Amino acid sequence: MADPFPTAVDNLRQAVDQLGARVDSLAAQAQAVASANAASHDGGSSFLIMGLTVFVLALFVGYYVVWHVTPALHSPLMAVTNAISSVIIVGALIAAGTGQGASSWFGFVAVILASVNIFGGFIVTQRMLQMFKKRETPKSAGASK
Amino acid sequence: MSFWAALAYLVAAVCFILALRGLSSPVTARQGNRYGIIGMAIAIVTTLLLPGIGNWGIIALGIAIGGAIGAFLALRIQMTALPQLIAAFHSLVGLAAVFVAAAAFLNPAAYGIGVPGNINTGSLIEMALGTAIGAITFTGSIIAFGKLQGLISGKPIVFKGQHVINAGLGLLLVLLVAALCTTSSGVFFTAIVLLSLVLGVLIIVPIGGADMPVVVSMLNSYSGWAACGIGFTLHNNLLIVVGALVGSSGAILSYIMCKGMNRSFFNVILGGFGGEAVAGGAGAGPQGTVKSGSADDAAFILKNAASVVIVPGYGMAVAQAQHALREMADHLKKDGVNVRYAIHPVAGRMPGHMNVLLAEANVPYDDVLELEDVNRDFAQTDVAFVIGANDITNPAAKSNPQSPIFGMPILDVEKAKTVLFIKRSMASGYAGIENELFYRDNTMMLFGDAKKVVEDIIKAMD
Repeated sequence: MADPFPTAVDNLRQAVDQLGARVDSLAAQAQAVASANAASHDGGSSFLIMGLTVFVLALFVGYYVVWHVTPALHSPLMAVTNAISSVIIVGALIAAGTGQGASSWFGFVAVILASVNIFGGFIVTQRMLQMFKKRETPKSAGASK
Repeated sequence: MSFWAALAYLVAAVCFILALRGLSSPVTARQGNRYGIIGMAIAIVTTLLLPGIGNWGIIALGIAIGGAIGAFLALRIQMTALPQLIAAFHSLVGLAAVFVAAAAFLNPAAYGIGVPGNINTGSLIEMALGTAIGAITFTGSIIAFGKLQGLISGKPIVFKGQHVINAGLGLLLVLLVAALCTTSSGVFFTAIVLLSLVLGVLIIVPIGGADMPVVVSMLNSYSGWAACGIGFTLHNNLLIVVGALVGSSGAILSYIMCKGMNRSFFNVILGGFGGEAVAGGAGAGPQGTVKSGSADDAAFILKNAASVVIVPGYGMAVAQAQHALREMADHLKKDGVNVRYAIHPVAGRMPGHMNVLLAEANVPYDDVLELEDVNRDFAQTDVAFVIGANDITNPAAKSNPQSPIFGMPILDVEKAKTVLFIKRSMASGYAGIENELFYRDNTMMLFGDAKKVVEDIIKAMD
């Protein structure tokens, strides 16, 4: 008669263990679903819409700002837009900085290419802009009479 | 991305907008350029501080190598060779975009857009677009560079069925993008890159050397759209903003250039202008005698003028005559002559090319006028001094509906009392049309190398 208790306790313990395992697996599943949801949310349509919003607004900013650029400075405009479009180096840095075989090498090459542009573009713009000077004194202006 | 990184990227984007805003006047332009540099520094430092970014040593090495090459080129380049340099730089942006896209394709986890072989479809489309535009920009810019540098003939290269082939390849490109999105296979990614490289060459070869201002602006625009595509792929707002700024800037410049030639964008892009189509347009050239003069004659006329407007063109850049020209203008100013410069929007090989060359020769920018501002002054001008320009002064653009340049805005030099025309020979301009101005009574031709002629005039003035 001493036996039933231990069996019952054993059964109970087994049941509890099973329940625990079930809860664990459910929790893992829930987490997987949640993270998948989050991923699709983060990487799916929501960024596309936000990115498009930013894109269209930036187009308008670009349109109005560039029409304001004086035609005399169209060459420096090309040089400086060339330099700032190398901001693509941001993508290259992530690839080169997270270190994974071929991907990081591609990133490294892109870092070099973009750097050529950044330094070259800004320096050549500066060189051009330094040459643009105003008429020196009223003396030379007054000479035209 | 953390809150602070996003905020720093926003600050960088604002800096870039201010950089372009500064260019509205030469006074604020240098400050603008500094904003650009600050924005770039913020963008780079912020990215390096993102969690999980290591390899700082090798990254610094890459920036040092690239920076040294870029600085060397930018400091050594002659201002006349500027268009080539810009084209070469565009090609690098394009290639960098391709490499970044390839890196993202191989290691999408680093950008949070999926795992290798299972990347979000949206990201794949954006990636494919960025790659294709980048690759087209790369090879297209190399061809433009070759044409500007004289490594490739500036003549448009046209062949039968060209446009059909290009359209077919474009369609194939779309199909490859679709295939990439459904399979995520690296084979299709490589195919997109290769096809786009070929397409870049084919798009630019039929466009003639003198249409390069449009092409360089267009490639400028493309490099922006490529950055945009990569920005969408990587979910990075900074890249999207910059790409949109650069893209719209290039597009506006292309539009201004096309308007300056009274041609539609498609007319330029389809190419062939200045090639075989020319013979028809030339037709019966104007008849008459050409009056040619010596440097002494020119010096005499110039010294006795009250006002002179100098009209420079690409020929001035080729002959490197800008310094001699400024010296001549100084002589005239000392004698009380009012000397100004008139710039046509498409003079030179890139937008604003002439302004930079004149600035290089220390010509004050307030003496340099745009077409709209100077055109009505020609009637009150004693001497129009045309150096290395031709088509942009041709009155046929206003009077002859058969002319290929009919409708193009021109500088009304024919209204000046005397027109002095420096030319190497009687050969026609790039559009291949005769300029009736040469035969007018009030025109005097000065044959010879632009720089040599101007130097002779200066000597004759002393």
